[in-house]
Amino acid sequence: MKQLLAVLLFMLLPQQSYKVEVYDYDGLEPLINQKDEKVHVVNFWATWCGPCVKELPYFEKINDEYKDENVEVLLVSLDFPSKYDSALKPFIKKNNIKSKVVALNDTNQNRWISAIDENWSGALPATIIYKGDKRMFYEKSFTQEELETELKQFLK
Amino acid sequence: MKIFKLLPVMVLVFTLSAFSIVDEDKGYSVGDVATDFSLENIDGKMVSLSDFKKAKGFIITFTCNTCPYAVAYEDRIEALNKKYAVKGYPVIAIMPNNTEIKPGDSMENMQKRAKEKGFTFPYLMDKNQEIYPQYGATKTPHIYILQKSKNGNVVKYIGAIDDNYQDAEAVKEKYVENAVDALLKGEAIKVSETKAIGCSIKV
Repeated sequence: MKQLLAVLLFMLLPQQSYKVEVYDYDGLEPLINQKDEKVHVVNFWATWCGPCVKELPYFEKINDEYKDENVEVLLVSLDFPSKYDSALKPFIKKNNIKSKVVALNDTNQNRWISAIDENWSGALPATIIYKGDKRMFYEKSFTQEELETELKQFLK
Repeated sequence: MKIFKLLPVMVLVFTLSAFSIVDEDKGYSVGDVATDFSLENIDGKMVSLSDFKKAKGFIITFTCNTCPYAVAYEDRIEALNKKYAVKGYPVIAIMPNNTEIKPGDSMENMQKRAKEKGFTFPYLMDKNQEIYPQYGATKTPHIYILQKSKNGNVVKYIGAIDDNYQDAEAVKEKYVENAVDALLKGEAIKVSETKAIGCSIKV
């Protein structure tokens, strides 16, 4: 019942008040380590990051096209909190982003960058693809083709 | 015949590339000797580390005009130079981006930004993009603290300036200051490598 109410409420809200959940690393951690049957694609990005914005449509595309194959995309924004209302939310709306977007706000980067992957230097964009215990980390920009090639390793 | 000789090399290259998912090579680790360079400063002069006869070392800062994280640290980089240049550790800032991709980082815009902010340190351009890969810088800002020795400039610290990019007032650990203070006192650096989010260097 509660859930239904939440859905109804969400539908009634005007689009401008698109909500972005904000997490610190401890809050984000379960979202990037889900133990289910799905292939999870987690992309770290920001609206100010050119190469991130360029590759976002590729993530949107796999989120849409591989839905039936149990693929789920999570876009983790590293925009500054002061930009959530002025940049992040308008960006999501303008580009009609369908994948789930959350924001990570945790200034103790020295802790969580290594926790996410010890090989990550901290440069954006970065991506994780995982399913169960199988996990790959990429500190790079993708083309559509590269992203699909990597994704297909997890589909079987 | 030649192809047979090349085959193992080709296999090796292929194997390496197959597992290499991080774009850049690793570059320097703490303890390595860093290369000197000759890069153009915003005043048109070429600058090398060897020009700084009296320096005990350097705070090499890969930074740029266009990255919000780099911008968030501009005042702190200037403060580092004010505090440590006189003690023998000047800041040397290097802009590593391809300016065709980031016109906001052109020499003209670097000059403008330096003037606006009153930078007192050299702000150099890695025009051929040959220096940052040797250091292993992947993003802006990215700091390398070097200490002069008879073998060259030894890397003593790699990473972030401090532990809070958002708010200079809320910083708990000043990694760079702690490291330089330790070097000045002849003590061991407690934290010699840290990580921070930054903008990938535009190639």
